[in-house]
Amino acid sequence: MDIEGRQVLEMGYAGAERLTMNMGPQHPSSHGVFRAILTLEGETVVAVDAVIGYLHRCHEKLSETLTYTQYPSIASKTDYVAAMTSELAYVRAAEMVGKIDVPKRAQYLRVIAAELQRVASHCLWLGTWCLDMGGALGGGATVFLYCIREREDVLDLFESLTGARLLYGFHQVGGTRYDIPAGWAQKCRATVDKIDGRISEFEAMLESNAFFMARTQGVGTVSRELAQEVGISGPLIRGSGVNYDIRRAEPYSSYEDFDFKVPVEMAGDCLARYRVRMVEFRESIKIVRQALDGLPEGPISSRPGVKSVGQVRIPKGEAYARVEGARGEVGCYLIADGSAKPYRMKWRGASFSNLAVLPHIIPGHKVADVVAIMGSVDPVFGEVDR
Amino acid sequence: MLSAIYAFVVGFIVLNAVVGMVTYVTLLERKFAARMQSRIGPYRVGPHGLLQPIADALKLMMKEDIVPRLADRAVYNLAPIVFLVPCMLIFATLPFAPGLGVADLNIGILFFLAVSAMEIVGLFMGGWGSNNKYALLSAMRAVNQIISYDLPFLFVALVPVLLAGSLKLSDIAAAQPDVLHWFIFYPVIGQLAFLAYIVATLAAENRVPFDILEAESELVAGFRVEYSGMKFALIQLGEYAHMIATSFLGALLFLGAWDGPGSAGSPWLGAFYFLLKAMFVFLLVTWIRWSFVRIRVDQILAISWKLLMPVALVLLMATAVVVTWKGPVGG
Repeated sequence: MDIEGRQVLEMGYAGAERLTMNMGPQHPSSHGVFRAILTLEGETVVAVDAVIGYLHRCHEKLSETLTYTQYPSIASKTDYVAAMTSELAYVRAAEMVGKIDVPKRAQYLRVIAAELQRVASHCLWLGTWCLDMGGALGGGATVFLYCIREREDVLDLFESLTGARLLYGFHQVGGTRYDIPAGWAQKCRATVDKIDGRISEFEAMLESNAFFMARTQGVGTVSRELAQEVGISGPLIRGSGVNYDIRRAEPYSSYEDFDFKVPVEMAGDCLARYRVRMVEFRESIKIVRQALDGLPEGPISSRPGVKSVGQVRIPKGEAYARVEGARGEVGCYLIADGSAKPYRMKWRGASFSNLAVLPHIIPGHKVADVVAIMGSVDPVFGEVDR
Repeated sequence: MLSAIYAFVVGFIVLNAVVGMVTYVTLLERKFAARMQSRIGPYRVGPHGLLQPIADALKLMMKEDIVPRLADRAVYNLAPIVFLVPCMLIFATLPFAPGLGVADLNIGILFFLAVSAMEIVGLFMGGWGSNNKYALLSAMRAVNQIISYDLPFLFVALVPVLLAGSLKLSDIAAAQPDVLHWFIFYPVIGQLAFLAYIVATLAAENRVPFDILEAESELVAGFRVEYSGMKFALIQLGEYAHMIATSFLGALLFLGAWDGPGSAGSPWLGAFYFLLKAMFVFLLVTWIRWSFVRIRVDQILAISWKLLMPVALVLLMATAVVVTWKGPVGG
């Protein structure tokens, strides 16, 4: 393996025989299709090289051929685990270029959708992460199934809201496509109340488990400096002691109306990232409740319903819109030329930037820690490869 | 001649009983795990999924048997058998009820421990012969782990031996004639030894949290990643047979073997009680399995050498002191 050519951090040679091991692209804990080329000395990883691109679907080129009405449903396929936030980034970019106002009710609906999505996404993260550490035939599977049960409840909410469970097409330029159906608010409240209780259960179950603590404490430490240098975002950077959340730093979609806490942990290890996400669970639920309480009356879109797909036109201009997704900063850079389709579009995937930290923190750990660290980074490869 | 035929027949019955038990223990475990995870578990094949193990076994038999092209064929093909034989052999010494067993050796427990340690040879052969890096890493882990946990396992198993004053398994069982005399209720030493036994059992059986050699999420399936069809079934059979055997041993050493209400007159009732107790130990291990995450290889070794080993030694010495002071229980 050509290690020098790829700028991979490497530990010193301890004299033991080396073994190159391929983890992925087909591997139980690759969270999609990710290939990590590990160089091992016994059980210790001395170097890791990451290979991505197995899930490349030409998203950015595709966006040039689809209209502003069509693309939001496709945008949800970049990060399919948190589809709401990637849609939101795209429509926000279009709205910024076109200087389109979004009615207050639509903004609140967007917040509700985004925060429920964060809950669903973190549920899946906790489940799969424990699955990585505990195995499909062990305690990890138990946590996984509990988390999936909670995620299902949120997906049921999305289903009655948009008709879809995974890829929604909920957002559109100027507002949202659907209003909440009758009785949805009560159902939503009941669901988040239930999940709120279950989160404490998870915490009690995991944090009183000595083996879970042994596997996460002090593993995969990202220092504050490294975090800022590499450009990671989301729960990862907050786990490394940087207080940075786009919802707070640059509020969008009326986030300034809500009272919520941005969790910050100083340790930078897997446990710190876990704690950040566990607090985010609760904060998201808090925001959902506030948004349901304060949901204003009014239209859900500033634009009339479209009759044909090419009806929405954005004037010439360019803008970069960013939102705080479940995994970090989801950005969308859009250049419009006045037609019904963007001239150019570029995604900034949170997982893509977050993955860049792996070669810095994995060397020196054991093979088993590789999957624990990978899981704590929570990459979604649809978003990495796009 | 007659005794040879008798031994053959009994051996045949025990072997088949073990195979049958293994198939149904998998169902028990799946149902138990399903309840823990708020699922239902196997339900479709037969009433309440009762025919599921049969379907699984049939499926495994009909699967294509794939041998990797670059595998060391002889070692690869031999490994499942080398792994299975010791796992089955350990049932030979188990007395299922007074006078009901294949061979009640006077060094029964020694035979049990020695033979069960042999399975490592099969494991390593499988890992080495597959010519797969995951399998090789797993084989290395297996050697590490089994060597480090065999010693504490041995020392803990010696505690009841000291208390009973005999290496013969039926003598150890006879030394626990009623509930109050079960070794688990022996003050302090009994409970600690049982706890240590459960931990050592988990490690010896390669169960979560000590299943680093299987480690699906890191090493895919470890040493058996390249095995398919019947060879995979043989490995699985051996693993579960070993698990059941250690559950029986645990029930015998600590839970009074075949003792129970009305068991004195009827050996079959005694055998039934013994089975129940073994299943209790099995479910205890299963319960732990489905609630913990796996720990890392260095942590496993640290637990063995820094915690379990000293504890087992101290327990053994304490037992020795108590026995010299008060005399063995079995007299």
